[in-house]
Amino acid sequence: MVPLSYYVILSAVVFITGVVGVLIRRNIIIILLSIELMLNATNINFVAFSHYFQNIAGQVFVFFALTVAASEVAVGLAIIIALYRSKSTINVDEFQLLKW
Amino acid sequence: MAQLLFFYLAGVIVLTAILVVGLRNPIYSVLSLLIMFFHVAGLYVSLHAEFLAAVQIIVYAGAILVLYLFVVMLLNVKREDRYHYQFPIGALLGVAILTEAVVLAIQRGYSEDVVPSPPTSELSFTGNTEAIGESLFTTYLLPFEIASLILLVAMIGAIILAKKDILTR
Repeated sequence: MVPLSYYVILSAVVFITGVVGVLIRRNIIIILLSIELMLNATNINFVAFSHYFQNIAGQVFVFFALTVAASEVAVGLAIIIALYRSKSTINVDEFQLLKW
Repeated sequence: MAQLLFFYLAGVIVLTAILVVGLRNPIYSVLSLLIMFFHVAGLYVSLHAEFLAAVQIIVYAGAILVLYLFVVMLLNVKREDRYHYQFPIGALLGVAILTEAVVLAIQRGYSEDVVPSPPTSELSFTGNTEAIGESLFTTYLLPFEIASLILLVAMIGAIILAKKDILTR
C-alpha cells in the first residue's frame, strides 16, 4: 500500500511546476495549461485523501473542480481569441492596456 | 506491485508536467498534457476512483484539450521567445516553494501512522459510481445546481467574448 505522503508530495511537485510555468512563460496558452496542471494537482490530493479516509466527499469535490476548470477554459480561450483579434499576438508582455 | 505502479505513474506525471512548462511549441505542450491526464486517470484507478478516472479521460482529454488544440491551431502563432524576462525571479520563487515543501515533507515524514488505517466502510461494498451519485444528489444537491449555473454562465460568456460584434449590432 502506497503511503498517503507520496501522493501529497507528487501533488506538491505538480503544483509547483504549474506555479513556475505561470511565472516564467510568456505564451498565454501555456499559462492556461499551467493552471490546468495546478487544478490537477489539487484533484490528485482530493482523491488520495478520499481513498485514505474512506470518505466520498473528496471525489465529489473533484467534480466541482472539474466544472470550474471547464468553464475557466471556455472563458479563458474566448478571452485569448478576443485578445488575439485586437493585438494579433498571444505574448503576455504585449497586453499592457491596464498598466498605468 | 502497487508501489511500482505508483512510481511509474508519478514519474510520468512529473516528467510530462515539466515538459508542458518547458517545451517551446504549444502543440507539444498540449500533447504532453494529454499524456499526463491519462496517467492521472491511471492514478485514480489505483485509488479505486474508477468513475472519476472515466470522467477525467472524457472531460479533460476529450473536451478541454481538444478545445486547447483548436485554439492553438486557430491562432497559428509564429515562434516566439520561450521565457518571460522575469525568468530568474520565477525560477527563484519556484525553488523557494519547492524547498519549503521538501522541508515540510521531511519534518512530517515520520508521522505516517497518524492517518488511521481505513475501515472497510460502505464505500467498499457499494459501487464507486453509486456512492458518488448518492452523495451528489443528497448532501451536495445545492452545489450541484450552482455548478450547472456556472457552466451556463461560462457558455454565454464564451459566446459573447468570442463573437465579433454581437453587442454593437
